[in-house]
Amino acid sequence: MNALRRAFVTRVAKWPAVTVVERGYASQTEMTVRDALNSALAEEMRKDDKVFVMGEEVGEYQGAYKITRGLLQEFGAERVYDTPITEAGFTGLAVGAGFSGLKPVVEFMTFNFAMQAIDQIINSAAKTLYMSAGTISCPIVFRGPNGAAAGVGAQHSQCFGAWYSSCPGLKVLAPYDCEDARGLLKAAIRDPDPVIFLENELLYGNSYPVDDKILDVDFTLPIGKAKVMREGTDVTLVAFSKMVGYSLEATEVLAEKGISAEVINLRTLRPLDRETIMKSIVKTSRIVSVEEGWPQSGIGSEITAVANEEAFDHLDAPVERVTGADIPTPYAANLEKSAFPTVDDIVTAAERACYRSK
Amino acid sequence: MIRYVAGRWGASAALRAARIGGGSLPELPTSSGRSVVVRGYAAKAGEAAEPSFYEFRDRKIPFVSQLDIHEPSLTGGMPCFRVLDETGQCVLDDASAYEVDEELGRKMYENMVKLQTMDTLFYEAQRQGRFSFYMTCFGEEATVIGSAAGLDFKDHVFAQYREHGVLMWRGQTFQEFADQCYGNHRDYNKGRQMPVHYGRKDMNFQTISSPLCTQLPQAAGAAYANKLANYDGITVTYFGEGAASEGDFHAAMNFASTLACPMIFMCRNNGWAISTPSDEQYTGDGIAGRGSAYGMPAIRVDGMDALAMFHATTIARDYVVKNQSPILVEAMSYRTSHHSTSDDSSRYRELSEMKAWKARDPVARFQIWLEHKGWWTEEEESVLRAESRKAVMKVLDMAEREQKRPLRDLVEDVYDVVPEHLEKQYQEIKEFAKKHKHLYPNDIPIE
Repeated sequence: MNALRRAFVTRVAKWPAVTVVERGYASQTEMTVRDALNSALAEEMRKDDKVFVMGEEVGEYQGAYKITRGLLQEFGAERVYDTPITEAGFTGLAVGAGFSGLKPVVEFMTFNFAMQAIDQIINSAAKTLYMSAGTISCPIVFRGPNGAAAGVGAQHSQCFGAWYSSCPGLKVLAPYDCEDARGLLKAAIRDPDPVIFLENELLYGNSYPVDDKILDVDFTLPIGKAKVMREGTDVTLVAFSKMVGYSLEATEVLAEKGISAEVINLRTLRPLDRETIMKSIVKTSRIVSVEEGWPQSGIGSEITAVANEEAFDHLDAPVERVTGADIPTPYAANLEKSAFPTVDDIVTAAERACYRSK
Repeated sequence: MIRYVAGRWGASAALRAARIGGGSLPELPTSSGRSVVVRGYAAKAGEAAEPSFYEFRDRKIPFVSQLDIHEPSLTGGMPCFRVLDETGQCVLDDASAYEVDEELGRKMYENMVKLQTMDTLFYEAQRQGRFSFYMTCFGEEATVIGSAAGLDFKDHVFAQYREHGVLMWRGQTFQEFADQCYGNHRDYNKGRQMPVHYGRKDMNFQTISSPLCTQLPQAAGAAYANKLANYDGITVTYFGEGAASEGDFHAAMNFASTLACPMIFMCRNNGWAISTPSDEQYTGDGIAGRGSAYGMPAIRVDGMDALAMFHATTIARDYVVKNQSPILVEAMSYRTSHHSTSDDSSRYRELSEMKAWKARDPVARFQIWLEHKGWWTEEEESVLRAESRKAVMKVLDMAEREQKRPLRDLVEDVYDVVPEHLEKQYQEIKEFAKKHKHLYPNDIPIE
């Protein structure tokens, strides 16, 4: 037994050297979402020593998707904690640390695995402030990839936006580009409430423009505010995360057909920016919601309710919803592709809302 | 409910003798080595007796007057049973109780070789991009085949994902393995699961669930249900030492123990959970050491010794059947494989470590023993290796050429009955496919 244990103990040298992302972005005009998240984490850890990162493979392995690259080297194992494999266990640990005044940033390798920890998130993190009469807060960030990935089947490919956004006590953010990634993550870490931070694996490698303002160490975005990505007059497309990009692409196609579409990037799923949605409907009179999640009780259902409650008299057409298919994600690549919205689906729905469809 | 009971004595004969004799104070050893004197039995006549035991449910815990911290043992721990050493030599003076007969020995060995061959060629096929994903069980062939051989076909298996050898032992063919990995129309999973996520009711093998360790509480539930239904077989769940860190492990052990579930917890301690080595996964005496905390008996066995694995499993199974309660088995082995085809383990473990363990190949170890018994020859070895290789190559080619599952599969099995909205969508797709055949893939039957 001892011989066996000794053999297991043989390890690669601790903390292999890695290329730490260069700080000082003054001259940079573009960066990947991965680097945006990584730099935001590092900056917040430098600014506040109560902030620490934990999760499976976040340290030596540098994160399953390399979001925590270089953090172990800079901040050490006490603040970059590689946990045993137990989502329920380490989420409980983090929630306890949050109750006790630290600011944990918990990485779920993907949000699919967070299902094991849902009790800690909903029943403990989200509700304790209320139950303790405002005396115990839980300043914690749960982050990781969410939504449809590629080629990982029914259990590893799904959107939990609607799930978390239905729970009072939580704030739910879904970044799209680098401005969102940096501004929202830094805001989430500084926020006193528990925040669910839904990233997208397929966006990590994408590059988006940045400027000095976005790269400033004190750049944050307000939680609860959507962003109009593109102004338009005929129809509103409202989306979050990866679907913002698809909606922007759809506007190009719609423009060729003579339809001027406005794109809203929700950024925050809870609290939802009802005002921005309402103002856009007043302007365009038509709205299409776009998401990868399932249709029933989805974010689109909520958008429909908002349109109904806030701007019913301004609607000239029924609200259109573009969603993922109402089935577990298929594994076969061709079926998987068909199970999620495409740019064409968005264009078709927008045309229908404008009474232009054949 | 806690009761303090004066004058009610525990089961310890020594204590009872001391009480009756009224004489010398018995000394109980403590883990710190200091002696502890048990108080409460020397009350004089006329005085109320001091409570002597902390009677807690079915336990009587002696009171002591010395406050000790009970340190865990840092050396030793539960020993590991083996029959064959790393060179295939029998280490027992009298091994007669721990051998197998020629027929079983040959069958076990042939399955181990076939498993090793299939893993090698399927892994290569995946690397060539012929299908999307694969997991091998190199280093753990004896753990899986040895335990599978010690079980009964009717025993329900809740596997983690690296135990396809159990299906091989139960009769799944190379072709069926290949059909699942390719997700073709013969795949009994209907092409819905990732490769290697097998599952078939006709072999009492529960479908693999990707999220780690969910199978443990499920297995405990299944065992309990089987017990209530007077089912003849037991339940066996496989998991790694990494999975044993999940909350589900503790819930499952506790449920199984308190509900007396007739099941085996079969831990494959292979040293690595993707990149996390077992010495970072837990401290203390491994997984087997946790058994006693749950009131569960445990066995630690050399998982790279097929004979030891077989006998540990049969003994564990007999225990479960006889006592209708659970048992924990920890098989010590080493994951010579990468975690999966999505992993490159050379990035986090040293080549020398991998090589050292590869040299202890459990298949070769068992082969040496068979040869020593005179039950296996070099010629048989080369024939088996060559034929297995040929057969695996053939099924890969066959599986690749098969059609995909039919269109109708799109909407089935989401619910017991296909709901109206999915039925409507299917009819639309079907009509579209019929009308526009040139847009429709020709390897997917429309009806």
